[in-house]
Amino acid sequence: MDAITFAVQLLNGVQYGLVLFLVASGLTLVFGILGVINLAHGAFYMLGAYLAWAISAYTGSFALAIVGSLVISFLLGIALEEIFVKRMIGRDHLAQVLLSFGLILVIDEVRQIVFGKDVHSVMPPEWLRGSIQLTEVLSYPVYRLALCVACLVLAAVIFYVIQKTRLGMVIRAGAENRDMTRALGIPFDVVNRYVFAGGIALAALGGSLVAPVSTVFPGMGDGMLILSFVVVVLGGIGSVAGAAIGALLIGLTDTFGKVFFPQISSILIYVLMAGVLLWRPNGLLGKA
Amino acid sequence: MTRSPSAATSLLVVLLGLAVALPFVAPGYYVQFASKAVLMAMLALSLNLVVGYGGMVSMCHAAFFGLSGYMLGFMTADDAGASVWLALPAAILVVAAVAAIIGALSLRTRGIYFIMVTLAFGEMLFYLFHDTKIGGGSDGLYIYFKPEFAIGGLVLLDLENARTFYYVALGGLVGAALLVQALVRSPFGHALAAARDNERRALSLGFPVFRIRLLAFVLSAMIAAVAGFFSAAQFGFVAPQLLGWHLSASVLVMVVLGGMSSVLGPVIGAIALLGLEEVLKSTFEHWKLIKGLIVIALVFALPGGVQQLAAMIAPRKTEGGRDPETPEVLPASPRASEPRAPEVKRSPVAKEAVSHV
Repeated sequence: MDAITFAVQLLNGVQYGLVLFLVASGLTLVFGILGVINLAHGAFYMLGAYLAWAISAYTGSFALAIVGSLVISFLLGIALEEIFVKRMIGRDHLAQVLLSFGLILVIDEVRQIVFGKDVHSVMPPEWLRGSIQLTEVLSYPVYRLALCVACLVLAAVIFYVIQKTRLGMVIRAGAENRDMTRALGIPFDVVNRYVFAGGIALAALGGSLVAPVSTVFPGMGDGMLILSFVVVVLGGIGSVAGAAIGALLIGLTDTFGKVFFPQISSILIYVLMAGVLLWRPNGLLGKA
Repeated sequence: MTRSPSAATSLLVVLLGLAVALPFVAPGYYVQFASKAVLMAMLALSLNLVVGYGGMVSMCHAAFFGLSGYMLGFMTADDAGASVWLALPAAILVVAAVAAIIGALSLRTRGIYFIMVTLAFGEMLFYLFHDTKIGGGSDGLYIYFKPEFAIGGLVLLDLENARTFYYVALGGLVGAALLVQALVRSPFGHALAAARDNERRALSLGFPVFRIRLLAFVLSAMIAAVAGFFSAAQFGFVAPQLLGWHLSASVLVMVVLGGMSSVLGPVIGAIALLGLEEVLKSTFEHWKLIKGLIVIALVFALPGGVQQLAAMIAPRKTEGGRDPETPEVLPASPRASEPRAPEVKRSPVAKEAVSHV
């Protein structure tokens, strides 16, 4: 493999890892704060992509598609938290698994009724098309670079909110000790609602941002869900920094695996996960 | 208390009688449907050994089920069926070996991690068959000949006959149910339940919790392998989707629907869910929407945790002095007894001391 191919694959791996981080951070936050396991996370990723496709096809505006998909999924998250999820807090994991499995079936069928089951593609705006010469010999698609930048900015925002703001302090405190946080008079139910809706919105945003480089198809959420779980397990549940490390590891392993071992590339990430779990059963940055 | 065992026994006899009589009264389509239901019931039964009695929510049982089907596919020749005497033990052993590896890795983790890790390992097997050329890749594998029950060229049971196949499947289910029943009532089963209810206590009493759980996991996978073997034989086709987590989740729904605290609960749950799906499929185009809503309703109909389902429907007799519901139900209302906290705190310790002497 020459240096250029290597550099391109490296960029691809990082880009994939950044998207994975975006989706998995929502999953790990919802579990870390609410203590709720959400198998429907991938369904929202798919929904985000379909919403982005529908809005961009209807309005012709890519920016509107991204914002619309984000806002709609956030509102949907608030509604779902109000109707279902808040009743799941403190219930056993089995009940949560079943609830989210039921949600997957419902979301999938509703998506099929509203958007159909065709495969679609989304066009990025004019100025994000084509390739850019990074060096004399290395050119890279503009949209993929923009995707990397967008994900990095979002990642920075997520870290800033969690580490530096009062909301982030409450979120971290809640992840540490739910009862104590409640006893201090923090309106935890409100925090829960926004964390859940935010997590859903991050998944949907991931789906809508990826739509131009991937295709929009019914089963796209499934693969993403499992990968997000692997990321969360690798990084340690509830740890956003762990999710970032896990996501980059998975992104790079998957991309380079496809180049070097195309036959077994999709198995490599599970081998990686098994290795990490043998070493640290609670993930890289997980608490015992 | 005295009435319930005989009532349960007579219900069981009636159900079994109905199951045996079915091929003589129902049209061929329903015999095939019943075979499918019986095999899914076996899968649900096997999962319940791990989930209900072991408290381990496994999300990779479909992978064991599908892997066993693939084993049958590999051992079926182009011009003749595989011998059951060879292929079935081979399939069971391969699945047991895989389950031992997955179990040994997954059981290092707890609770939520266990769910995610088993889910991930199940997907690993799914991708193994989906992405590589093993077993025809994503196209799957046809099994043109059903396995043969024969001794020295003499065919004992002709599985091509749908009625015979149904009875073989039913026999397998009854055998699996008896095996699980025996396991659950054995000291092994009690140790497994003890580890589920209070791991720390079980450990301090000297139970090898890890080994007990691993054994239960592997035994359960072996039963799932039997179900998968015959299921693949019935349809004559295996595909990667058989190993996917959607099937694992569906089987989990069957287990919860029927109740986790009894051996027969998951069997009833499997038959109920498959029957319901069959009705929905023929009635609505978007039947999965209704299935999803039913699953959600199922979760909310059981506010005290799914463990309570069996207790709600039929208060079961206590066996060997141990009631599996008690540990889950007791801490449900701690506030009511708060003023008398010291006394409440002491009494379980005293009980514990007595029951384990």
